[in-house]
Amino acid sequence: MTASYLVRRLGHAFLVIFVVSLIAFQLGEVIGDPVTAILGLEAPESARVELREELGLDAPYVVRYAAYIADAFTGDFGMSYKAQRPVADVIVERVPATFELAMVALIISLSVGIPLGVVAAIWRETWWASALMTVSIIGVSLPTFVIGILLIFAFSVNLGWLPSFGRGDTVMIGGWSTGLLTPSGLAALIMPAISLAISQVALVARLVRAEMLEVLRMDYIRFARARGIKDRVVHFRHALRNTLLPIITVSGIQIGYLIAFAVVVEQVFQWPGLGTMFLSALTESDIPVITAFLVLIACVFATINLIVDLLYAMADPRVRLSKG
Amino acid sequence: MTPMIALRGHVRALSFKPFVLFASIILFLMVMIALFAPWLAPTDPYDLATLDLFDSHLPPSWMSGGDARYFLGTDSQGADIMSLLMLGLRTSLTVGLLAVGLSVLIGLTLGLLSGYFRGWIETVIMRAADIQFTFPAMLLALLIGGLARSMFPVNKQESSAFFIVVLALGISHWPHFARLVRAAVISEAGKNYVMASRLAGRGHFGILFRHVMPNSLNPVFVLATMDIAFAIMTEATLSFLGFGMPASQPSLGTLIKVGYGYLFSGEWWVVVFPSAILIILLVSVNVFGDWLRDRLDPKLR
Repeated sequence: MTASYLVRRLGHAFLVIFVVSLIAFQLGEVIGDPVTAILGLEAPESARVELREELGLDAPYVVRYAAYIADAFTGDFGMSYKAQRPVADVIVERVPATFELAMVALIISLSVGIPLGVVAAIWRETWWASALMTVSIIGVSLPTFVIGILLIFAFSVNLGWLPSFGRGDTVMIGGWSTGLLTPSGLAALIMPAISLAISQVALVARLVRAEMLEVLRMDYIRFARARGIKDRVVHFRHALRNTLLPIITVSGIQIGYLIAFAVVVEQVFQWPGLGTMFLSALTESDIPVITAFLVLIACVFATINLIVDLLYAMADPRVRLSKG
Repeated sequence: MTPMIALRGHVRALSFKPFVLFASIILFLMVMIALFAPWLAPTDPYDLATLDLFDSHLPPSWMSGGDARYFLGTDSQGADIMSLLMLGLRTSLTVGLLAVGLSVLIGLTLGLLSGYFRGWIETVIMRAADIQFTFPAMLLALLIGGLARSMFPVNKQESSAFFIVVLALGISHWPHFARLVRAAVISEAGKNYVMASRLAGRGHFGILFRHVMPNSLNPVFVLATMDIAFAIMTEATLSFLGFGMPASQPSLGTLIKVGYGYLFSGEWWVVVFPSAILIILLVSVNVFGDWLRDRLDPKLR
């Protein structure tokens, strides 16, 4: 891998994190007054000035931004106005719930979506492959929260099989609370994970099919067929291997979508993760939580993009050698 | 080819795909219902004087306890669900179309500028687009919607909701259009006729708007059609989460949010009907958009 490519991608990742942290920090300046948020509207002026100094709000903007970033590196993101606890603590205890939900949904969407896309591309002329594509359009059109509500209506309200909210019982393993080891935790995970995965399955299937069709049209596939190589070998050894490259990108995009829509699913199922935390922070203008969430999300997305770009460049020399 | 003949060709192509044809008819009907909703709706659910609490919580008319006047039942205020659905459809479509319009406007302007002038203008605009692309548009719309709301005083939040939602959706999706337009402009601006009109003494903006823009519009049109589904879905999501349209001016998403509260008391009709309408609307927009893309621009996949 050329060094300049690596430097360019790293530079981009840092630029993203820098710009987002700058904007996120700026939010505190524009929205709501933390002093009013803590003391209420009725507080006397002297108490306000005192708190303002105590919080360091009287220092110049650049100084406060620098201090915020310096603190952030030590894991200090300030205090949540609402919870009156360190933001870092609130975030750390909510990461496992969101992570487990997103990972299970990712596994479902890739393990179902990729095979569907591959078979739909190989047997594209058959009636069931085009039926599959029609179904996938319906799948892409289903809003996540509506799927969740309809699942709750069917399996919680009518049949009473699955819980409609919460995470069930969790087990602590070295500071990580997992719901994957208890029966009630697994039962609680089923519907949220499916709601999150359904439209992603359809999306992955469509993307993989499009990529595979592209590959199947290429000359080397036609030459392979002309040499008399069996269809099965052409499809799965020659074509699928080159389709796997774009799938790396797809997985990267997937994780982004999953994190975004986890916010919605968590709200439907009252899942105690980062999404519900972010939404209640938005409702209550809890700026330190919003800012920290944004910085965290920017780091996650920038890292995912970086990894995807690097994997892609390792697999395909054309990417790293061109100016991109 | 005159527009009329071109249209006839599209219509003929449509009749070969029964599912697409069916979706297009549904879409057309829904647009008509949305357009004439205030006159089509059996009652005015916002006129509090006509609401009767004795009529509240009624199931659809075909169920026991249903009332023939309220085909799809009533909500907790005694408002007719069917009227709410028609007006909600109208709100959802209006917000969706305006939001896409705003995205196109921003994306087209910035795309034209960066594709035509290149240099530092292009660097700044495309870098901004890259950074925004790092985030899923849904999350961004939610963030803009949520934050813009808290900038308004509580008594202004309901009346400003419409503009905030359109703004949030519009801003969250402009980079797609900007990229598309920039690429089209770069290929267009290198052609001889642009050179010729520059030699003939035409100014930058004359060339940009008279020559380059009209020739870059086709892919924009296709993407805009696909984008309407995204805008409607995102608006519904925002409204469901409480950062979109208020209950006084509900979209389909708001109706689902309100109805969700009654799901556990057995009043399924308050939430299931708006959900079904939303799904049908999104499926038909997507099916139609997908078909249109294949017809107009097979490369844009």
